[in-house]
Amino acid sequence: MDWGTIINNTLAGLLTPTTIAFALAALGLAMHFGFAGLLNFGIAGFMAIGAYGYAISVLTFGFPWWAGMIVGIIGSILFAILLGVPTLRLRGDYLAIVTIAAAEIVRLLFLTTAFTDVTGSADGLFGYNNSGGFTSANPFPPGSYGWGPWTYNSETLWVLTFGLGVLAVCVWFLWALMRSPWGRVIKGIREDEEAIRALGKNVFAYKLQALIIGGIFGGMGGIIYAAFANVSPGVYVTSITFFIWTSLLLGGAATIWGPVIGAVIFWTLQAFLSNILPELALAGILPVTGTQAATLRFVLVGIGLMLLVIYRPQGIFGDKRELTFVK
Amino acid sequence: MSNSDSPKKSTGLHIGESGPGCKKTDPMLVIDHVKKSFGGLTAVDVEHLEIPKNAITALIGPNGAGKTTLFNLLTGFDTPDTGEWEFLGTSLSGVPSYKVAQMGQVRTFQLTKALSLLTVLDNMKLGAKNQVGESIFRALFPRSWRKQDAEIEIKAIELLKRFKLDTKQADFAASLSGGQRKLLEMARALMTDPVLVMLDEPMAGVNPALTQSLLGHVLDLKKEGMTVLFVEHDMHMVRHIADWVVVMAEGKVVAEGPPETVMNEQAVIDAYLGAHQDTDLGVVTGRISIIDQEKDK
Repeated sequence: MDWGTIINNTLAGLLTPTTIAFALAALGLAMHFGFAGLLNFGIAGFMAIGAYGYAISVLTFGFPWWAGMIVGIIGSILFAILLGVPTLRLRGDYLAIVTIAAAEIVRLLFLTTAFTDVTGSADGLFGYNNSGGFTSANPFPPGSYGWGPWTYNSETLWVLTFGLGVLAVCVWFLWALMRSPWGRVIKGIREDEEAIRALGKNVFAYKLQALIIGGIFGGMGGIIYAAFANVSPGVYVTSITFFIWTSLLLGGAATIWGPVIGAVIFWTLQAFLSNILPELALAGILPVTGTQAATLRFVLVGIGLMLLVIYRPQGIFGDKRELTFVK
Repeated sequence: MSNSDSPKKSTGLHIGESGPGCKKTDPMLVIDHVKKSFGGLTAVDVEHLEIPKNAITALIGPNGAGKTTLFNLLTGFDTPDTGEWEFLGTSLSGVPSYKVAQMGQVRTFQLTKALSLLTVLDNMKLGAKNQVGESIFRALFPRSWRKQDAEIEIKAIELLKRFKLDTKQADFAASLSGGQRKLLEMARALMTDPVLVMLDEPMAGVNPALTQSLLGHVLDLKKEGMTVLFVEHDMHMVRHIADWVVVMAEGKVVAEGPPETVMNEQAVIDAYLGAHQDTDLGVVTGRISIIDQEKDK
């Protein structure tokens, strides 16, 4: 087995545009679920709307890249409002059902051939980073940067820098909100919204605000993902939502850094498993073919998620005391 | 303790004969034709009821009499089929629960709602009204809310001291005992500076040792100028602290009046007190001995 390549690829997983995109989406889920207690299973929908909002406004309407990204964010705000107004009066588990359905509707609307001119249907969209000017906004001259597993060309470095900047702003934003009295009300709503209502707070408005903030983070995740790869409807499937949930629960749902570190661990682990499992199969240690071995990692992710929820529901960074009182 | 001797009862609360729906000299809540049914069952059907200001009113009645439903209707947690009700002259029909609370009418719940994974202090601070930092835009600028938050904290700690919970302020509310949670919920309600405090079974599940201090706290509310309306099954507590008693049965108000007269009315005995009417329920529940011990001190 080629341990050098395996280790190299695993370490490279620590910092990729995908990791940053997932960290952003997980941060959005932390706002929704960890702090406000909103069971959102449609985070993939928010990402899709962010990504398509950016790509479509550049390709179809000729917007510059930054205006396209703003459109993506506005799109996720509108999606949050559209989703929240009818459903936030429902009980938590109903919100989960509605969000999972809404995310699928969004994906299928982007997939359908009815709007091929705009959405590109199953082929998705590409070339918007060039025509929108995101690529030419790159301040780094062409060349190779970094060292060892973290060697990037100037394009990747630009996406990474931009993504890290966005992530830093979002982390600060969430931290600033959650230490404030606003954050206290949000956590109170997670515990018992009727009690908060009895204290004179407009619970519905707070929940909608939380849904919008988390939705913006999710949309930003989709935009960063789109700034690196093409926009394709095959990406924003329900399993993406569950990957993000795994990242979130891994790090700790009600923490600021948990979702970020969780996403990093998740993708590093993914990189490791996708490298070592085919190698193990090839070496005859695993009784499966190479292709089977590659998909085996998703089975392991599922098992990992279950073990995590059962044995460490507060995540790696969660308050130890929380474990004692988890309902 | 403040309540070691028999508390001073407020009198002269009503005008004319005391009976179901009688007028009060100074009503805080006026309820008219409030009706609520669940399917075929009429849970609440109150023709007219006035709750006197700056007094402690007890709402009693057998299980299923509609006391909690009436509470939910009055606080906006449930909407009635028909009816009108006024709080300090303002109509409350159709007003959402959080606005009712902002007007100074605060309630507690029969099943205590402590916010488990928040600290005791955060629970308290949530109660304060008109917090600048609770607006999402100002929340980002600590300078706009830090001073107010510090003031709220001082007030919260004072209240916690009064309720003997100040040593627990950094603990999660989940770590409190059932009785302590009742105290916390009441203290948190007081953070809203209410004019009307509505307590849904404040004594349920509270051990006799805490009962005394809870009784004292309820009496203190009146002393501070608040009005109290509470639902309770403990007849001893009702006799001991209530200035006015409203009896409900099958959704209707069947009797009301000062505790010593209303508890002897035939309608009340039929509806509620039953076989225990001539023994003090304090004896039945074992709580009378504690009151006596307190008196001996």
